[in-house]
Amino acid sequence: MSESNQGMDVGYVARLACIDLTEEERGLFQGQLDQILHYVEQLDELDVSNVEPTAHAIPVYNVLRKDELGSSLDHDAVIANAPSAADGQIRVPKIIDQ
Amino acid sequence: MKYEATIGLETHIMQKTNTKMFCSCKYEYGAEPNTHVCPVCLGYPGALPVLNEKAITLCCKAGLLLGCEINPYSKWDRKNYFYPDMSKNYQISQYDQPLCLGGQLEVEVEGEMKTFTLERIHQEENAAKNTHASGASLVDYNRAGTALMEIVSNPCMHSTADVMAYMTALKQIMQYGGISDCDQEKGQMRSDVNVSVRPVGQKELGSKVEIKNMNSFAFIMQAIEYEIDRQIEVLERGGKVDQETRGYDSDRGETFVQRTKEDAHDYRYFPEPDLMPVKISAEQIEVWRSELPELPSQRRVRYVSELGLPEYDAGVLTADKAVSDWFESAMQHTANAKAVSNFIMGEMMRLLAGSGISIADSKVTPEKLAEIVGMIDAKTISTSAGKQVFEIIFNEGGEPKAIVEQKGMAQVSDDSALEGWADAAIASNPKAVEEYKGGKPAAINSLMGLVMKASKGKANPGAVMQMLKQKLDG
Repeated sequence: MSESNQGMDVGYVARLACIDLTEEERGLFQGQLDQILHYVEQLDELDVSNVEPTAHAIPVYNVLRKDELGSSLDHDAVIANAPSAADGQIRVPKIIDQ
Repeated sequence: MKYEATIGLETHIMQKTNTKMFCSCKYEYGAEPNTHVCPVCLGYPGALPVLNEKAITLCCKAGLLLGCEINPYSKWDRKNYFYPDMSKNYQISQYDQPLCLGGQLEVEVEGEMKTFTLERIHQEENAAKNTHASGASLVDYNRAGTALMEIVSNPCMHSTADVMAYMTALKQIMQYGGISDCDQEKGQMRSDVNVSVRPVGQKELGSKVEIKNMNSFAFIMQAIEYEIDRQIEVLERGGKVDQETRGYDSDRGETFVQRTKEDAHDYRYFPEPDLMPVKISAEQIEVWRSELPELPSQRRVRYVSELGLPEYDAGVLTADKAVSDWFESAMQHTANAKAVSNFIMGEMMRLLAGSGISIADSKVTPEKLAEIVGMIDAKTISTSAGKQVFEIIFNEGGEPKAIVEQKGMAQVSDDSALEGWADAAIASNPKAVEEYKGGKPAAINSLMGLVMKASKGKANPGAVMQMLKQKLDG
């Protein structure tokens, strides 16, 4: 939790999340998020050294399905949802060459 | 100064499942684009993933084949990034609790046995396939969400020979184990390679450069060689190797910068709330272990110790699982392993290479080869006639016995027939007879040649030799 004590770099997180923020918004959210983190920090007062970390809120494991074919979506319906399409594929702005 | 390279591999292998990792869409290579997609693999809001049991089984079996410890508890995490090949904007993967831990591969590199250790194997999902057209990219989500496991080696290799041996063995084991077909053309086996260079004797590793997403073994070798040379050159000039991700341009034979550490992705991993963790019991592991097939290295040992084949033969026969399976099936019908091996390594490989078909589709079946070998062993036909029969069946099909009869290939071992030819040979070549009697045993070969010629190659050479010796010595 040491990271949260130093607050959070809103500009950095916004960049990772691909969100454009104005200077004004950045200041606004920085204050709000610092408050929220400060609130959550109260948990630091609890001694959890004897508590096993959990990956999920409920103790359920091994939810599996058989490797059997189900139905897929209709191709035209899928393409109809795309803002742009060509040759049966979803068309997106050019991404870096791989 | 002398430098040493250190290399580690992250190998992605697409498992042999019918359906995708988290939904029941079909995995099929080469299908019409975007026909095997659903709300889960397209990342529609509210769609929920469910684990494919077969994929988990295959990942754990791969782990057992590679000597990993199966993690009794493993969980799922989201790896967040923005790229059109992953429509959810995150990839479901395993961060701190993968299915398999540790492991190793023992392989022979240039005559020396080496052990390459693994860090882990984790299960994740594949990304969609992008193609780049001018001004735009096209995305096919058929591959998105298919089962993909990542085998991470430790930085334990030091040369391209090490890497080649490691990848070859890994591919062989995955194929033998039925984990994956590892068809590189279909992108079923791709590797990211981490390369660093340090002066010999230096303890800490040099800055590592990652070369991304290569499927061809040849390109991987070229990229590593280029990268080692490039890094040594930078160090020699007194420079510093930057930690960065590079791509390999196979046309130019060079690696190029894709991104540097400064803008390296921060993936903001966090536990996947839509999937429950997996617990694997010791009993389950034992069931999987009992189902594991025999590996190439085990087959090699058995071919030498039980079938008496030379090491060389055992190596050639087990290099490809299909060939090894074919050999095993022939051995159900004959006990002469060396003869079967000779036919496979000689006639079969030669004819297959010329025809482009696979051994499983050959018109010479394991039963038919066993029959040919049986006829040679019984001296019904000569070895060279056996090869002819093999080639005729390979090209035109047919039954060995019928072909031998039809073409009159049966060997003559009958004394009365041989005697006539032997007498004629001795009578027509007194010089050879004289030399032989005068202490030149090799002279008998010219008599032998005459008999073979007279019999049109059908005389049994062993019987002819015996007959000639009897006559000359007696």
